[in-house]
Amino acid sequence: MITQGTAPALKHTAQNGAAEAIHVENLHKRFGELHVLKGVSLSARDGEVIAIIGGSGSGKSTLLRCINCLENPTSGIVRVNGEEIRMKADSHGHTVPADRRQIERIRSKLGMVFQNFNLWSHMTLIENVIEVPVHVLGVKRETAIAGAEKLLARVGLAEKRDVYPAYLSGGQQQRAAIARALAINPRVMLFDEPTSALDPELIGEVLKVIGDLAREGRTMVLVTHEMKFAREVATHVVYLYNGLVEEEGPPEQIFGAPRSERLKQFLRNVG
Amino acid sequence: MIGVGGAYGKLYGGPVVRDLLEVYTTVVRAVPELVLILLLYFAGTDLINQLLTALGHAAIDINGVVAGIGVLGVVQGAYSTEVLRGAILGIPQGQIEAARAYGMPPGLLLRRITLPAMLPFAIPGLANLWLIATKDTALLAIVGVNELTQTTRTAAGATKAYFTFFMAAGALYLVLTLVSNVVIGRIERWARRGMPSIAGAH
Repeated sequence: MITQGTAPALKHTAQNGAAEAIHVENLHKRFGELHVLKGVSLSARDGEVIAIIGGSGSGKSTLLRCINCLENPTSGIVRVNGEEIRMKADSHGHTVPADRRQIERIRSKLGMVFQNFNLWSHMTLIENVIEVPVHVLGVKRETAIAGAEKLLARVGLAEKRDVYPAYLSGGQQQRAAIARALAINPRVMLFDEPTSALDPELIGEVLKVIGDLAREGRTMVLVTHEMKFAREVATHVVYLYNGLVEEEGPPEQIFGAPRSERLKQFLRNVG
Repeated sequence: MIGVGGAYGKLYGGPVVRDLLEVYTTVVRAVPELVLILLLYFAGTDLINQLLTALGHAAIDINGVVAGIGVLGVVQGAYSTEVLRGAILGIPQGQIEAARAYGMPPGLLLRRITLPAMLPFAIPGLANLWLIATKDTALLAIVGVNELTQTTRTAAGATKAYFTFFMAAGALYLVLTLVSNVVIGRIERWARRGMPSIAGAH
């Protein structure tokens, strides 16, 4: 499975030679007795949009959350921007980041968008967007505000800049969360089921924003249940089954000519 | 005087939950306040003076007011520790996670996210503690602080006009409470600025 994961990545190098933004190798994650990821490898080069699909409990969200150490991988290698995350064992035998500052530095280059938006409720939209640039990255407040206004305008929320998140619809909140992620000028955007908590009529507006980002060549790793969308925007699709990469390839192959019986079954069920 | 006591309480009630604090909150909340006041005042004064003497300084006479404020601070701190702990647990975990995901160091996360986000949940509890603290000052009479209740008793005893004096004292406590309520209401409205009112358009 390890070799299966790295082989296509090598093919990509040969194709476009773009730098590797995210490299995951033989990643394992256990929650106590539960073995969620059983040796997953993944690679995202600059400009690629990787869609991770799979059934509930397949480990796709866990995989995404291991990239920025919101979950600490039990074993395996995670490299972001060519920099390997150093891990160590703590006193309880859990694997934890060896260097908090390294993790913080790496995290500040990854724009994470959550299923439940997770905007800070005590801040207005503009405050949410400038928070990390001003307080973590040390951008000047005026510069950050100017940038944030552009980003909010881009996701169609310019006039909501002084509104608190609780007064907005889920779709608006998620678009604001995308603006917040873009504000750090991330090397890679990580989307963790960005439309799963939304009412059906609000999904479109969020997918449109994500689709625009994909088309402008942003590097993204996207965990999603929206198969049609994944097919449209992804350059590479990874199907996870029971903590392992069952099949991966370009979207035409995954959705058009799936080889694995489980993937065929999965696509029949969701489609 | 009470204000300083309240502030002390809040300072002591830091969100750091550790074994040491667990012992502190358990002990302080288990022992009656009157006993604590006596204990900390007399034993505490003695301890400080022994320390000073051991270090070659002259013993000092600790002021009852200072000691009283200190004791109330210690007591309030124990209770507010639990209030704040509950409030922090009330914050939607995702907001903390988002801050971590963007590389916020722990200190910044506490200051920028955790404290402001927990405030709306903490204010009702802290307001209770504050109002209790204003009344607890009556207990400080025992260590010789000239607080309201003790002074009233003396004055009433001297003039035999018990009813008048105690009514006046009650009114003073009431005014203190009402003023506190207004101030707390303002703080709460500010802390809940991002939250729609549950009662709707009021």
